[in-house]
Amino acid sequence: MPEYRWPPMEKRRWMGKRISRLDGPAKSSGRAKFSSDKVAPDMLYGAVLTSPYAHAKVTSIDTSEAERMQGVTAVRVTAPAGTEIQWAGWEIAWVSATSEELARDAIRKIKVSYEVLPHVVREEDPGKVGNRSKPAGEQVTGDPDKAFKEAEVISEGQYGIPVVTHCTFEPHGQVIAWKGDQIEYYPSTQAVSDIGNDLARQLKIPATQVHVQQEHMGGGFGSKFPSDKWGAEAAQLSKASGGRPVKLFLERAIDQQIAGCRPSHFAKIKVGGKKDGTITVWESQSWSTGGIGGGGMPPIPYVFTQIPNRRLNHMAISLNTGPQRAWRAPNHPQASFLTCSAIDDFAAKAGLDPLVVFEKNLSYTARPEVYAFQLKKAAELAEWKKLWHPRGDSGKGRIKRGLGIGINTWGGAGHASKALVHIHPDGNVEIEIGSQDLGTGTRTIIAMVAAETLGLPVTGVKVKIGDNRYPQSGASGGSTTVGGVSSSTRKGCVNALAKLFEKVAPALGAPADQLEAVDGKIQVKGNPAKSLPWKVACQKLGSSKISEMGENVPREAPKEGLNTGGVGGIGIADVSVDTETGIVRINRFVAVQDCGLIINPKTAESQVFGACTMAISTALYEERIMDPVTGRMLNADMEHYKLAGIADIGEIVVHLDIRPENDQRGVIGLGEPPIVGVAGAIANAVTNAIGVRVPMVPLTPRRVIEALERRSA
Amino acid sequence: MSTINKREGKEKAKPRFSRRGFLQGAGIGSGAIGTGLLEKNAQAAPAGVLGPDAVPITLMVNGKPHKLTVEPRVTLLDALREKLNLTGAKRVCDRGTCGACTVILGGKAVYACTVLAIDAQGKNIQTIEGLAPEGRLHPISTAFVNNDGQQCGYCTPGMVMAAKAFLDRNPNPSLEQVYEGLAGNLCRCGTYMGVRKAVVEAARTMRTKGGTHA
Repeated sequence: MPEYRWPPMEKRRWMGKRISRLDGPAKSSGRAKFSSDKVAPDMLYGAVLTSPYAHAKVTSIDTSEAERMQGVTAVRVTAPAGTEIQWAGWEIAWVSATSEELARDAIRKIKVSYEVLPHVVREEDPGKVGNRSKPAGEQVTGDPDKAFKEAEVISEGQYGIPVVTHCTFEPHGQVIAWKGDQIEYYPSTQAVSDIGNDLARQLKIPATQVHVQQEHMGGGFGSKFPSDKWGAEAAQLSKASGGRPVKLFLERAIDQQIAGCRPSHFAKIKVGGKKDGTITVWESQSWSTGGIGGGGMPPIPYVFTQIPNRRLNHMAISLNTGPQRAWRAPNHPQASFLTCSAIDDFAAKAGLDPLVVFEKNLSYTARPEVYAFQLKKAAELAEWKKLWHPRGDSGKGRIKRGLGIGINTWGGAGHASKALVHIHPDGNVEIEIGSQDLGTGTRTIIAMVAAETLGLPVTGVKVKIGDNRYPQSGASGGSTTVGGVSSSTRKGCVNALAKLFEKVAPALGAPADQLEAVDGKIQVKGNPAKSLPWKVACQKLGSSKISEMGENVPREAPKEGLNTGGVGGIGIADVSVDTETGIVRINRFVAVQDCGLIINPKTAESQVFGACTMAISTALYEERIMDPVTGRMLNADMEHYKLAGIADIGEIVVHLDIRPENDQRGVIGLGEPPIVGVAGAIANAVTNAIGVRVPMVPLTPRRVIEALERRSA
Repeated sequence: MSTINKREGKEKAKPRFSRRGFLQGAGIGSGAIGTGLLEKNAQAAPAGVLGPDAVPITLMVNGKPHKLTVEPRVTLLDALREKLNLTGAKRVCDRGTCGACTVILGGKAVYACTVLAIDAQGKNIQTIEGLAPEGRLHPISTAFVNNDGQQCGYCTPGMVMAAKAFLDRNPNPSLEQVYEGLAGNLCRCGTYMGVRKAVVEAARTMRTKGGTHA
């Protein structure tokens, strides 16, 4: 069996180096072409009519006027009379026309009548949702009643984290052309290898007829896996228009309502334990919604899963709102926020430093040593000893400063992936993988791994991704891509190189297994004097290229050691709160992240910066606001659905725990874990600053002021 | 600070004929939209009003004139993207909030989604495609690469153009000024840490070597 293992840390030429992303120049010069940038001469534009009502029955629909409009090429109805609409924004009818303006005009000419039905769109008060809440059944471990009776300290609190949207910058949609028995499909997707199969299933056609291409995509965060109704309907519009390509990307307002959101999580939590900070018992009553399907129980107590006595109750609340989709580390940020808030309140009740309480209870976690190390490191970087003070004891003046802790865990082992490596007789190298680069740097790390393995410069390798005709590679979700594609690339390159060695061996007068590829040469191991330059070596191939596959099989990957999963992380927030205006400012956010082998520290750090930034945004600004009267989303835009800006994130300090013992674990995905503990850390820091818990994020000025008023009342 | 800066941070050109300007010019507030007043006013509008049919216009883009035919309601952004295939500027919010469509109109950064194409005539429109010739990079673009001030890259062209307009006016900015200068541009991947460094580095490069591309 060939040797696939990563070269030792000290011998790596490219892996571990801070390489600028290879598609960076294309992106920062505006030349990178996203699917939504596609323009074709005969292209049509699609538009969708959606329901203004959150709950209604379609009683009649008349598209005749739209159909008669000049320039309209097709009209389709997907919610005919009789359809029960379950959320505002539900797709009713679709139009294609020669311009986008015209398509939208036509949409306005479609007459729909509805029988409006009662709706429920808010869940923060579970007492007001009527029959929309469904209990999940009680889970009891140990003897919580006895444990509370024996507890020396008991704290109670209520915490909430609302629905937020994905708000991907490139909207959901595609350009698509269905001509004859062939579909050319340019989606914005996280699943190049899979999305064509999903579309074929929707359209009931053979999967072989769908060709997917995507050069660049503008953000997914978990919301861009399926082909969706808009994919199927755009295809149908194209077919009905003689196969002309149709561009249909959702308008922002529609995208915000229906193209993805993260479920809310609320909980009343009671924690009991000893005066020394040891937690002995946890009781929670949680509720959540992800739309009409309700919402599952968050994984609480988060990370501290082995608290010996636990009672958990949960209610899934069904709302007439756009459905949930996976959102960067699904359910973890909410669970971490709830758990870290409750632990912080327990520490305050016990009169202890929360750092001590987190440390004290690490035996309940799956990786006590990792977290112990990280708490120490994060505390040092955040100047915890100097800056922490007991809750609310932050001195005089209107600006109060505080610190808070959050915790994370994640898997991140590589997904199934195949890489086809071609070595051409002229020395050119191509890697084909049916993967995608979401902005994480996938292209770059594939090139780095290939260059490392083949002894070539990073620019000497051509990476081809974004096409479902390339070998199958997993969807980019769960932080699985880097482990998957790095392992398949490594194996494909090792396999291809073995073939090349066989061809070159006679010329170097050494057995093939005694050769190595370094510094642009094939040479006898450890003997640069007996070598051939790469190009000369490749000429030995005659006129036939080498094409070899490498495959990452998740089940077998741990044995090979190329990738594994399972990490922890600690975040510490340092905030200032203006007690007159209620405005929260981030001074610094320290993220200490456990990791495996880091292929590119530059883009890896960017993942952590990005995760912290996105989470700061959710902690301070983001919330989907539903109007109980109309049942509509009040902030289905980007003016009132607020995202953090460049001045809002403070200074983010990232410490990736790159050490030989971690490097030996192989590659582990990093996109998700650092987002998890941020909201909890910030909420705790604000509480530490102002002396009172703001029970719900985002920590808007109004909520901060209200919490302060309750304290003084 | 954030919300205020997002609005005021960018020095916006005042188009003659913006969506908002049209409403104000017609002497009615936005509250009248649903009442049919707007339609009546539009019908009674004096001669010389363009549309609703498409009209021929000339846009001066990156120093070159482009003749095209657009309906008066078509935004500069959509005209650039769909008619001229200049797709660097991106449509994200489409309502003048996120800055992904930023171009430089007559020397000032504008949100191309809130300027009508017909109203962009007579001034030079600089798009990111005009920053550097094919195959070469403007120092700002280079700085975004060097400092990894981009991930998915969808907001990046707008960031780069906002930085260009900002640095043209503030060649030696403090970090606080960078915050204000780029406050009109949002990013979802969370690249601000890199963007901050990129703008500072670009300013330094442009001060020492000028705005020429590498």
